[in-house]
Order: sequence, then structure tokens, then C-alpha cells
Amino acid sequence: MRMKGIVKRFPGVIANDHIDFDVKTGEIHALLGENGAGKTTLMNVLYGIYRPDEGEIYVRGKRTAIKSPKDAIELGMGMVHQHFMLVYPHTVSENIALGLSSSRFFFPVQEVEKGVAELSGKYGLKVDPKAKIWQLSVGEQQRVEIIKALYRGAQVLILDEPTSVLTPSEITDLFDVLRRIAKEGCSIVFITHKLDEVMEISDRITVLRHGKVVATVEPYKTSKRELARMMVGREVLFRLKKKPVERGEVVLEVRALHALNDRGLPAIKGVSFIASEGEILGIAGVAGNGQRELVEVITGLRKATEGSISIRGHDVTNCSPQNIIDKGVAHIPEERIRVGLVPNMSVAENLILKKYRYPPFSDKLFLKIAFIGQETEKLISEYNIITPSKENPAKLLSGGNIQRLILARELSEKPCLIVAAHPTYGLDVGATEYIRSLLLKQREMGAAILLVSEDLEEIMSLSNRIAVMFEGEIMGIVSAERAEIEEIGLMMAGAKRMTAAGEGSP
Amino acid sequence: MSLEALIVSLLYDAIRAGTPLLFGTLGEIYTERSGVLNLGVEGMMIMGAVTGFGLTLATGNVWLGILCAAIIGGLLALMHAFMSITLQANQVVSGLALTMFGLGMSGLLGKAYVGIPLPCPLRSISIPVLSTIPILGPLLFQHDQLIYLSIVLVPLLWLTLFKTRVGINIRSVGENPATADALGVNVYQVRYFCVFLGGFLAGLGGAYLSVAYRPAWTEGMTAGIGWIVIALTIFSMWSPGRALIGAYLFGGVEALQYRLQPLGISPNLLAMLPYAFAIVVLLAGTQETIRKRMGAPSALGIPYIRGEK
Amino acid sequence: MRPRLEIERRLGTSRRIMLLASILSIALALLMIALVFWGYGVDPIYAYEKIFVGSFGSIFGLSDTIAKAIPLMLCGVGLAVAFKALVWNVGAEGQLLMGAIAATGVALYVFPNSPALVVIPSMFAAGFLSGAFWGLIPSILKAKLRANEVITTLMMNYIASNLVNYLVYGPWKGLKEWGFPYTDKFPLSAWLPLLPLGTGRIHYPTLILALTLAVLTYVLVMRTKLGYEIRVMGENPDAARYAGMSYFKTAMLVMLISGGLAGLAGVGEVAGNPSHHRLRYPQGISPGYGFIAIIVAWLGRLHPLAIIPSSLLFGGLLVGGDAIQVSLDLPFAAIGIFNGVILFFVLSAELLMRYRVTFKWRREG
Repeated sequence: MRMKGIVKRFPGVIANDHIDFDVKTGEIHALLGENGAGKTTLMNVLYGIYRPDEGEIYVRGKRTAIKSPKDAIELGMGMVHQHFMLVYPHTVSENIALGLSSSRFFFPVQEVEKGVAELSGKYGLKVDPKAKIWQLSVGEQQRVEIIKALYRGAQVLILDEPTSVLTPSEITDLFDVLRRIAKEGCSIVFITHKLDEVMEISDRITVLRHGKVVATVEPYKTSKRELARMMVGREVLFRLKKKPVERGEVVLEVRALHALNDRGLPAIKGVSFIASEGEILGIAGVAGNGQRELVEVITGLRKATEGSISIRGHDVTNCSPQNIIDKGVAHIPEERIRVGLVPNMSVAENLILKKYRYPPFSDKLFLKIAFIGQETEKLISEYNIITPSKENPAKLLSGGNIQRLILARELSEKPCLIVAAHPTYGLDVGATEYIRSLLLKQREMGAAILLVSEDLEEIMSLSNRIAVMFEGEIMGIVSAERAEIEEIGLMMAGAKRMTAAGEGSP
Repeated sequence: MSLEALIVSLLYDAIRAGTPLLFGTLGEIYTERSGVLNLGVEGMMIMGAVTGFGLTLATGNVWLGILCAAIIGGLLALMHAFMSITLQANQVVSGLALTMFGLGMSGLLGKAYVGIPLPCPLRSISIPVLSTIPILGPLLFQHDQLIYLSIVLVPLLWLTLFKTRVGINIRSVGENPATADALGVNVYQVRYFCVFLGGFLAGLGGAYLSVAYRPAWTEGMTAGIGWIVIALTIFSMWSPGRALIGAYLFGGVEALQYRLQPLGISPNLLAMLPYAFAIVVLLAGTQETIRKRMGAPSALGIPYIRGEK
Repeated sequence: MRPRLEIERRLGTSRRIMLLASILSIALALLMIALVFWGYGVDPIYAYEKIFVGSFGSIFGLSDTIAKAIPLMLCGVGLAVAFKALVWNVGAEGQLLMGAIAATGVALYVFPNSPALVVIPSMFAAGFLSGAFWGLIPSILKAKLRANEVITTLMMNYIASNLVNYLVYGPWKGLKEWGFPYTDKFPLSAWLPLLPLGTGRIHYPTLILALTLAVLTYVLVMRTKLGYEIRVMGENPDAARYAGMSYFKTAMLVMLISGGLAGLAGVGEVAGNPSHHRLRYPQGISPGYGFIAIIVAWLGRLHPLAIIPSSLLFGGLLVGGDAIQVSLDLPFAAIGIFNGVILFFVLSAELLMRYRVTFKWRREG
């Protein structure tokens, strides 16, 4: 498969700028780059989700036009997206049978089950065909996605950031599977931003930066340092400078917390910890182990079934989000646009989302438009939010600026507790550094910060203490300085648990 | 009348009264399973009623009338489909527009039919042998063909929805259209088909009212049945099997209403019963879907745009 | 290289485009309805002349149009508030009827012998509360039990309608009317004063209320805290929850306002409309104002001030409907066709507003 001169433009940005990319039979080819480099866009073009503005695609030497995913599948492409494309209430077999025009009309599910069992055994992808998707673990769901592609005879398997949702041991399993698949002659395109993996698994590496190909190299001919430089264009600082800050009083105390997830199953099973002034408590763990529910319970968006939460000594268990906001809790949400923003309203109106109730932003009935305008101007300049005007609808802002808006809103009222969920996810390096420095500054000013992130490196460089969550429990809380990555990895995989973990230790 | 005969007669009427609801609900289940909310059921049903009546009157062939009624229902549904799927308009408002249009159009077209009796309505038939069984005989085996059609449709539609390839496609389109699209399913085609089917069945239900149940034509004769269908769709948890139960339950309330009249209760108060019951049914259905965590198709009411995050 | 029609999402919508879209949609709707007329054997030009000249061409027609616009305005403004918060209140008709019932009760049974200064404000207050109450029930069901408000408000329409029937055929049946589904005529003190203009059917207290409330509602939505909450909830309910807004509180307040305004319309129809001054069977009080108000609100893009001209337009259509019913022997229900078609075209026009069609030169591939 070969892509030549692919160009794809979106309003205001060139996502793919004359990219040449090819894949040989049976090779594992990594596509490396930061968030926003254009990797996913390129693969979406290959998979027929986007049409290229310019450029050609050749499959087995023949020039083809891929107008839709259906065409792509027929040509032998299979894609496992970063956010799985699965129908959650349906069973594994139903998901695999979806859209399969070659299967039987009546009772296609039974036919599929047989094929699934075959593939399962051949490649070591264990999965129960009759299970419903929502009952499966994230790793198992990924296996379903891979089987789905293989079932349709995929000869080029594209995986978009597959390891971001796996524990270290699951990653090893996945790599074994991928090697077996490649040995059978199927090619694999492996999109990632993680240098370790790229060095371990790939036969070739293509580095993208700002939509252009920087280089295509073989792993034994390069080093991690060099790859990082190619990815970013300059020397990367792997550790931020952290000022030592005195830890103050306890701000957040969570005791024996229990809560259910959306499916009614226990998501938080007896979690306890404290967070104090001037410290960042990082919550590490693979996504889907209860972190989201934990954030929601603390911010009042989900009910706790047992246990208690208190802020500065006041019990706020199961209080309304309103109450919790009043207690000085800021929440930087995981889903910026869906939850943290009102896209059609102006920047100014978004900035008052939590403050509008209080004077001087409003009096008994009315909003004080003039004052709101002034404050907005102040915040726009203070936090460097790039927007033509404060009346512009917020949806026009870029990802980084949206996050700046949210931070401006949440941090400007000097909160005592900041709950930050994946604050730098999907942002470019500049925005990421800025946001991390803001958080550190808040910490210096005495706030307590709860940082939930999948980026282990981020957690290790920012946090004072790290709590690892696995299947709704805290496996251990360690001091960031003394933490070792293997130890944390084991806790993330549930293989290790600490007793009476470093609570209260300096 | 003996108690036994009273109950049989009540249940018999319940089945008759519930049949238009059953048709409508079966259709709306398919529509909503594919992710489209069609509130125009009332408009489609009443157009089905006037078309069925008018064509039967004109041609003397009741089945031609019924068929045309169904087709008209389907065509009207296609209008809503175009608005909701292709133009991605607000589905609630589009459905309401369809209802207004249908109610108005049927009033216009039906003006000539008011007060005219139908010389060849659909009559009940007696299935030989089976209808002589005591109790069950007169209750189940002395209905007209449309009722039998509606009953046969229940397992047929259930099978199709849950056990065939087409059914998987429909349900997936309603839950996660992006996923279905990525696997080559034509989301728009599936939705158009299901919306059309919904209208087709609603037209059948309406026709049943005017050529079999009454049979007659009066302006606005559906009296809100189309809205009750929407409530029943939720109550049936989007499954044809439960639709049957819900439809006949409602038919029972309707039948009960008439039987209570001679007791001296004001007919107007009794007329409130079906609507109040619909609210109860809605509440019960909603609670159950919450409890079982099995709600409406996740993409219901949301237009699908490829490539939009 | 070949030319291709490309459809891109528009980034923002200007007022100009919205106005253009609204006008275009009405024009197209009228065209389509002309076709319907023609198909039915009616000369469309004659029909339209009757409708528009009749409604807007003379003082008599205009006064009738304004009189019919009053309940449309009140209901429409109330619906705009509800729809802005994504609360689909389809029950304005029932809320209107409940307001009418309350006014009747006050006029005939609570204050039958009191002076106008007491009766009239009491009727309006009772009507507002009654409509508000009727709107509150579905909102509580939605907020606490997650019941779909489209169905509940609709069902409440039918219940209210049957309640009116029950009252006028039963306990409130007029002593002086034999067998007719009317109550007695209201005492004179309960008659709303009329503007001596044209046909003299404009009950101006309700008109003043309607205009004032339209302006007040605009201020409410754009400038108050509650208005801000309504708008955020309508634009992004997830963000509203995250921001600490209470869906329960906002939805309830919205339905109180919406139902109350519709209730006021009901008061006007029963106490102001000179052909009435009594409670009658439901269709005699409202020819579907609550439903037509949905279109009025939607055409006005949910903007309280735009709803004023929008309600005048539909008031004119209703007056025209009366005219063609008489002169062309068309059933009144035909107005439903108007309404449905206009709404369809208004919806289609929204698409125009959201997307921009451009010609682009594209390279092959």
C-alpha cells in the first residue's frame, strides 16, 4: 500500500501536507508524532472517512479511490480507532456481524461465532462471542475490534494509539498478537506518540510533524532522543521544575467511598485518601478503572452510595454541584467541549458559567453586562486566550484556547481544591507546558490539586504523591520522588497492592 | 350476561380497539430503533384513515383502500424522513409539522365523506373449527384479517429485528451510527427504510379505524391515538412483543370506558381515561428502562453527520 | 478539473440571513399551498386575495387579525421560553383551556357580584396560576421521573379538553341555554373592555399584557440570571449540570411561565372575545391556538420580539381561514395544511442557515 502526495485541509489548517507513506507486506510500520501532527487524519483518509484534497493511493500497485469505509474494507483495510467503534449494548458477535454483507440473512450471529472462535485461537485473541460489549474490559474490547477487522480479511491493520488504554502487561500481550498477525502476512500501521513502544515493536518508523513527513527510519538506525527531536523539532524537557512548597492543612478528605457506574456496577470500591494545601495528588491508572466516577462524585455529578467526602472539614457527600462549587472547588473536566463549554455562546458568557450567580457579576435578578465585559477582557489578556473578540462564539476557539478559557474560568476565583481531569489531553506542546505551569502556580498559592491523567509521565513530573487506581480501588499511594515506574505499572495492572500506603508520610 | 361472557366481550373489544395502536407502535418501534423520532404518527394515521375510507368507497375494494392507506402513510413518513435525515432538522418540530399537515389535509379530503356509510367494510371472519372452542373461540378466532395480520407481524418483526442481519444493522444504526457507517452500512438508507415502514404501518392502523373498527369517517377520528403510540413505544421498550401487550392493555381501557358509561359517570370524565392511562404507562415504561438500564436507542433523535466529532 | 457543488458548514449566522430565510420559507410555503388550492379546484389567486386582503386590507380585517394575534402572542412567547430551554411544551392548548376554566370560575362563581376592578385582575391571576399549574405537572414528571414532556403535555391537552366538556355539559351548564354546551354569560363586570376599532373585537387589556410580557420576556431571557440559565440549559445541558444549574428548578420555572402565559391567553379568549363572554366547548374557545403558537414561536426563531410580527401573520391567516371557509366552502381544518407546510419550510430554511452552498473547482481524485 502506498500513499503519495496526500494533502488534506480543514478550515484554517493543513492537516496533511504532501505526505508520502507506504507499507510493505507483513511489516509493522509505526506512525509517530505528537497530538495534532496529522497521523489520525492520514489514516482516516486511508480508511475512507475523509477524502483527500490532493494525492493518490495505490493498493498492490493499482491506483484506487477510496470514497468510503466500505471501499476501504473491500480493499483490505481494517482500522481500530482510538475511541472504539463498538455498539455497547450489543454482543461481540453482533458487533462483528454488523454490516457484513457476506453473512447469512437469518441468524448470522451463529455463523459469526464460529469464525470468531477460529480467529481467537489462531492469533491468541481470547474473547467470549456471547458477551455484551459493556461487560468487557477495555483490553477485551480492543481484541473485539481487532477480530472485527481480521474477520473481514484485513491485510492492512491500522491501530490508532492502541496502548493508551492498556496496562503494561496487556501491552505485552498486544505486541505478541501483532507480531503473530504480521507473520501471517498482514501489514500493521501503528499510530502512537510513545517512543518506547515504537522502538520495541516497529520494523520502520515514519515521523510526522505539523502535517509533514520528517523522516522514515528503521529503529536500529536511530535513538529515542533523535525521534523525540524529530517529533517536536527541538530538545524536549522531560521534567518540569517544581518548587518545594510546604504542605498545609487538609483540604479534601475522602473516606471509604463507594459509587456505581452508569451500568449499575460498582465503580468505586472503598476509596480513601486526603489532599492538602500546596500539594498535587496524582491519580494514575488506566482509563476505566473508576477515575471518571471518582471525579464525578467529588464534584457532585454522581451519587456516592457509601462513604464520605469533606472539604475543609465540611461534609459535602452527595451535595449538589452548586454547593460544591460554592465551597471553592474548581473542576477542569475531561470532556472539554461536551461538558465544560457552551459552544454556541460567546467567550464572555462562557467565562461566567460558574460565577454568574454572585455579585458583582449579577445582582438579585440581572446580569451586570458591563462588569462581565471588563472581567472578560482581563482574563483574556491574563490567560492569553486568542480570540478576535470576547463576543465570539466559543466553538470557534482552538483546542488549546478552549482549555485556556476553562482554566481562566476555574482558576481565577482562587479555588481551594482543583480537580483536573486529563487537562493536557490532545493539546500541543506549547499549550501543555502552559497548563502544567498554571497548575504548579496554583499549588504554590496554596491550592490542593487532584490530577487525573493517563499520561504517567505527566503525573510523575507534576505530582507530590501518586495514588494508583485499579478496578475502583486505590492500590497504593506513593511519594512521587521515591516512586519507581515498574512499581506503579504493577499497581496499575492490579498485580501489587500496598498496605496502609504512604498516608501522611512527608 | 354472565360474568364469563362479559369478560370475553371486554377482551374481544380490547383486541379490536388495540389493533390500530399495535400497528402504529410496531411501526414507530422500527423508526425509533433506527434512531429517528417520528412524532407525526397522529398525522400519518389519520391520513391512512381518510385514504382507506375514500378509496374503499370509490373502488368498492376494501383491500385496495387499505393498501393505499398504508402507502400514503409511508409517503408522509418520507417527508419527515427527508426533513430529519437529509436536512437534519429538529425531529420534534418536524414530526409536529407532519401531524398538523396530516390532520389538516385529512379534514380537507374527508369533508365529502362525513356521514356516509361504507357499503363494504372489512368484516370479521370466523375461522372454522377453532372458533367453536369455548371461550377462546369467540375471543381469538372471530376477528377480521387485519387483526390477524397485526398479530402475525409481531413475531415476524421481532425475529427480523433481533435475529437477522438486517435487524443488527437497524439496531446498530440507532445505537451508534458512526460505527455502523465505518463498517459500510448505509445509515441514511437504513433510516429512510425504517421511517417509511413506520409510516406504512401507521397508515394501516389508521385504515383499520375507518374501514373496520367503526367503520366511518369523522374529522379527527384518531383522537390522539398517534400520541398514545409514542407512549406505548417507550412502554414496549422498543420490542414488538411488549408492544402487543401494551396495545391490548390500552384497548382494554378504551373498551372499559364504554362499558362504564351506563353506570352514570359522565362520558367526558371517562374520555379522560385513555390519556391519563397513557401518562401512567409512560411513567411505568420510563421507570423500567431506567431500572433495567436499557434505554432508548442511544442515537435517537440525533441527526447523523459523517465525520463530525 | 471540474466544478463541484460543495456544502460547507457556515461558521456563524447573521441576523440578515435569518430574516432572509424566514421570508423565503413563507414565500415557498405560500407557493406550495397555492398548488394545493389549485389541485383542489380553487383559484389560488382568488383564495389568497380573500385571505390577505380580508385580513390586512381593511380596518375591519386588521382588527380581527390583531384580536386573533393576542392569544398567539401570549402562547408563542411562553413557548419560546420553554423551547429555548429544550423543554418541549406541546401542551399550550391545554394550559390555555385551564386558564379559561379558571377565569370562568372566578367570573361566575367566585366574584359574580363584584366590580370590574376586582374581577378582572382576579381572572387574570387565576388564569395565570391555573395554566402555570397545568404546565408544572408535566415538568415535575420530567424532572423527577424523566417522563418525556411531549407526551405528558399532549395528554394533558386532551384531559383539559375533556374537562371543559365535562363542565359545560355538566355542573357549569348555563341555566339559560337549553342543551348547548355553554355556561351562562359572564356578568358585565367580567367583560374585558374592547378597543372601538374596526370590528371592535380587540380586548386591549390582554393585548397590553401580551405586548408587555413579550418585552419583559425578552429582557428575562437575555439579561437575567434565570435567562442565562435557560439559555445554557438549552444549548448544552451537560455543561449546565456541570456548572451547578438545577435542571429541576429551571425546567419548573420555565413551564410555570409557559403555562401561565398560555393561561392568560385563555382568560382573554373567554372574557374578552365578544362572541364568547362564557365558557364553551373547547373548539369554540380555541381553534388550536396552542398548536399554532408552536409555529409562531419557531418562525420567530424563539425570539420574543420577533414573535410579535409572527403572531400577526398567523392571526391574519386564521382570519383568512374564516373567510375562505365561508366563501370557498373549505373546511376550517384546511388551515392545518397551511400550518404544517409553513412549518416544514421554516425547518428547511434552517438548513439554509446552517450550511453554505458554494461552487468549487476541484482536481480529480
